[in-house]
Amino acid sequence: MSADLLPEHPDFLWRNPEPKSSYDAVIVGGGGHGLATAYFLAKNHGMTNIAVLEKGWLAGGNMARNTTIIRSNYLWDESAAIYEHALKLWEILPEELEYDFLFSQRGVMNLAHTLGDVRESMRRVGANKLNGVDAEWLDPKQVKELCPILNISDNIRYPVMGATYQPRAGIAKHDHVAWAFARKCDEMGVDIIQNCEVTGFVKDGNRVVGVKTNRGTINTEKVGLAAAGHSSVLAEMAGFRLPIQSHPLQALVSELHEPVHPTVVMSNHVHVYVSQAHKGELVMGAGVDSYNGYGQRGSFHVIEHQMAAAVELFPIFARAHVLRTWGGIVDTTLDASPIVGNTPVDNMFVNCGWGTGGFKATPAAGLTFAHNIATGSPHKLNKPFALERFETGALIDEHGAAAVAH
Amino acid sequence: MLLISCPNCGSRDETEFHYGGQAHVPYPKNPNELNDRQWAEFLFYRDNTKGAFAERWLHSTGCRQWFNMLRDTVTYEIQAIYPMGTPRPDAAGRTTPDTGTASTAADSTTTGTAAPDISGTSTATTGTTPASTTAPEGATK
Repeated sequence: MSADLLPEHPDFLWRNPEPKSSYDAVIVGGGGHGLATAYFLAKNHGMTNIAVLEKGWLAGGNMARNTTIIRSNYLWDESAAIYEHALKLWEILPEELEYDFLFSQRGVMNLAHTLGDVRESMRRVGANKLNGVDAEWLDPKQVKELCPILNISDNIRYPVMGATYQPRAGIAKHDHVAWAFARKCDEMGVDIIQNCEVTGFVKDGNRVVGVKTNRGTINTEKVGLAAAGHSSVLAEMAGFRLPIQSHPLQALVSELHEPVHPTVVMSNHVHVYVSQAHKGELVMGAGVDSYNGYGQRGSFHVIEHQMAAAVELFPIFARAHVLRTWGGIVDTTLDASPIVGNTPVDNMFVNCGWGTGGFKATPAAGLTFAHNIATGSPHKLNKPFALERFETGALIDEHGAAAVAH
Repeated sequence: MLLISCPNCGSRDETEFHYGGQAHVPYPKNPNELNDRQWAEFLFYRDNTKGAFAERWLHSTGCRQWFNMLRDTVTYEIQAIYPMGTPRPDAAGRTTPDTGTASTAADSTTTGTAAPDISGTSTATTGTTPASTTAPEGATK
């Protein structure tokens, strides 16, 4: 865990091509999910005449702003299946992409502070084990052994009554993940087009046949939307609605410190999650700001609240300093589960609604979304996450159940 | 931190308020006649506007009254505050400049300013209660 271990800053890993007049498929959004989707479209489905359109710079949205936590300890079968598949992909991707993005399986701990938390947590450990997800219940003493800087005393407002622990979970260097995917996409012939903002869609009846951009109109057979916080804006351009609300989500880092925090600690109840990045900064996040927002910033009291929680749980953090705070726009759904699948527009597909926890799912989102785009019908892992569930009522209610507000 | 001008109590910090999401979503007139698609629309689909957005707020640690607000979801500027049950004030002429990536300065999060009130409701500063704000028609949580 030191700066010397970081890979050297890479040279340019992809071309910056001019958009062609037509592609077999266009992915809107050059973040982690869009790049992973393009990668699997090329690798698994042989679709290399495709483009990823990014309105800003590659992986400059939520891919650059998340707290990089990777875990799969979700309660429900559908969630456990897709997130565990993602975790298995994370385990092989550094080799497959020939890029060490420092996936560090240092474990993730989800603290329980109330009797209700304890019961929910134990239930989740049981559910995880039945789904083949590694999970353990830790008592406070075991919590302290794994993370000695945690305060497990009874004299705090919300004492640590135990934790669930997933040893295979961890963190990765998010930027490098995006660059790894981008390089492979580029090698296979995928056009990654930055500074290309989608301004509308061309439709023939109910079928999408093109994408209007600030760099001209691009004809395409298929369109995949992977634009996170701006998914609703794109859907509106295409003429349909999504059950999404976009909220600011903030995170922060401290200055660099010596290694003090060996794992990842999350607490739903006091609302903070903390890890220490490879360079040494403490990385923290919390819940979303309550109001809808596209401003990529939130209110400072949310930061104060998460700092208060962090200092109570980790007394040594009291003397650390906030170096930087920032916000992203997260696309939340009412059941806190993503939407991956077909849309009311023919040949247009959507991957959104990952809310506050999309980074961990990047490889599985890409794999299943690519399958859905290439074949026109969902992969078995993303089938339960179709838009139709809001009509059938087959919701996948992961609120709270999945350990934390991600 | 938004500074929100409660119609009853005056300007207060955002932390005193509770967010209520999109305003002007009426309960279906004939619920028995709705199909699954229409129920889904009522239960799960809300506008997710980038720009001027009419939304509900509750002054939960103050007067405990609901009210509506017109707020820009990009700049977070509060454009109007008006009573529940009254129509959305016209926001014509407003533009929503794209602010791009956020400044990381802490003070840039303080965007709320007392709104120019275009609804006709007094932004009370004296704590008095204008009669027009006590009509929480449709004020369901």
